[in-house]
Amino acid sequence: MKIAVLVKEVPDTWGDRRLDPSTKRVDRSSDVVVDEVDEKAVEIALQLQAANAGSTVTVVTMGPKRALDSLRKGLAMGADSAIHLVDDGLAGSDAVQTSAALAAALAPRGFDLVIAGNESTDGRTAAVPAMLAERLGVAQLTALRTLHVSGSTVSGERVTDDGYVDVETSLPAVVSVNEQIAEARYPSFKGIMGAKKKPVEVLGLGDLGLAAGDTGAANSWSVVHDVTARPARTGGTIVTDDGTAATQLADYLAAAKLI
Amino acid sequence: MSTILVLAEHTDSTPASNVAELLAAASQLGEPSAVVVTSSDAAALASALGSLGAATVQVATVPDGGALVTPLVAALAAAVAAGDVAAVLVGTSLDSREAAARLAVRVGGAYLSDAVGVGSSGDGITVTQQAFGGAFTVTSGAGRGIPIISMRPHSVEGSAPAGAGTVSALDISGDTAPTSRVTARHEKTEASTRPDLQAAEVVVSGGRGLGSQEKFVLVEELADAFGAAVGASRAAVDAGYVPQSYQVGQTGVTVSPNLYIAVGISGAIQHKAGMQTAKTIVAINKDGDAPIFDVADFGIVGDLFTVVPQLIEAVKARKG
Repeated sequence: MKIAVLVKEVPDTWGDRRLDPSTKRVDRSSDVVVDEVDEKAVEIALQLQAANAGSTVTVVTMGPKRALDSLRKGLAMGADSAIHLVDDGLAGSDAVQTSAALAAALAPRGFDLVIAGNESTDGRTAAVPAMLAERLGVAQLTALRTLHVSGSTVSGERVTDDGYVDVETSLPAVVSVNEQIAEARYPSFKGIMGAKKKPVEVLGLGDLGLAAGDTGAANSWSVVHDVTARPARTGGTIVTDDGTAATQLADYLAAAKLI
Repeated sequence: MSTILVLAEHTDSTPASNVAELLAAASQLGEPSAVVVTSSDAAALASALGSLGAATVQVATVPDGGALVTPLVAALAAAVAAGDVAAVLVGTSLDSREAAARLAVRVGGAYLSDAVGVGSSGDGITVTQQAFGGAFTVTSGAGRGIPIISMRPHSVEGSAPAGAGTVSALDISGDTAPTSRVTARHEKTEASTRPDLQAAEVVVSGGRGLGSQEKFVLVEELADAFGAAVGASRAAVDAGYVPQSYQVGQTGVTVSPNLYIAVGISGAIQHKAGMQTAKTIVAINKDGDAPIFDVADFGIVGDLFTVVPQLIEAVKARKG
């Protein structure tokens, strides 16, 4: 089984994250990390590989040069190889364009199973896995908290607003997993050292066969007109409890008609 | 007038709770047309959709409800092909969002997710979105193709005038997209009497300060005094006090209630990203330097195990 795992470099959710009002894009100059859910996607891929002899795991990302670090993390965890989509012409792509670029990289390489995180913590669009299934012409099995492959059948529990549903389909498929899927392993020292020797295929617009007139911010389907930072909240009333704080709070809430 | 398609999810003949506001938004932009996918007779559903504002109701019939997402995409694509469509509106259920995402690829459109407002201006149809938990407000639209918009609940004011609800059929029999099948459904069994976290007017959340799963009950008691939903910080979830579905924050649910009460939560950026658009924020924490007090409208520095029981009594007394 050939498995591809999509990983994304995102601003650290524990840090201060912002949009740049001039570019209207995510400010990626702050600390960046592999999105946590993507590490879990790598983990479940490695578990499936261990259970299915002869399987390979390839980590895939689209992003600037330094996104290679995210691929190295996946390789250090145990993935066999990596694909890096990197080209100035891809910068500022929206989800529709991103799915086109990823599909162009994945389709000719014939993956049986593509695994993604269900939703990135920066864009939170949660659209790329479904779009990718549409483009690749394969079934989607998304928002899974469990994932099983048995022969050519892939199945799992899809978490919905009302509970969960059991879903299944046949390979090839695109699946997305949520944070409950698995706990990601820590790369070993040996894994980290070995990652440096593993193959990383670098693909630009020409390799992907994408026309420059279709890619990047200048040609995106969705356009951001305006970005406004929310004004900082002004200081509130802070009291130290002297036995009456609860009553003061109840008075405050009653005055604001919140009780 | 251009058509605005609304993907109308439903249970049997009853439209989902968000359909009325989607039709209301559609009526402000053009002529609302509801698109439904069903395996049963749609007459009663169409009538209900008409009274909520649908001028037309386009019905795709499927043999059963087992196929995941793809019939919705096929129905919407057929409806886009059938008329002069200026925009497509869907809700934020997983199925709806994924159908919208795939539709953008199939018909050529801009997918605008998680809108909290929609309108038209010199730029055409535009939406308002929130980024990083409301730290930024973004206005966006379609640069190419039609806007395909998923709208968060409680984003639209008012309602649409009743429409004729004229029924027509959509043929999706030619749809060949590979799909997955739902083999069993497990709806939530615990019949919670508390409101849904994301839609609640009041949310009471607890953090690591509660100290244990047993003591987290105090947060639930305070929530019940307000008739509020119960949330939690990531720290409380990671510590196993409550399930992950309770988590408010960047990697959990984003809430925007009238009143948010944070109990024993320090207020890491991770958490603030999920609640800072609440109208009024109250914090109770023993550490006066906790960052949650930076965003609190009313903060109490004190022992939550003393303050919260007093607050519960005070709230109950005022509510009579």
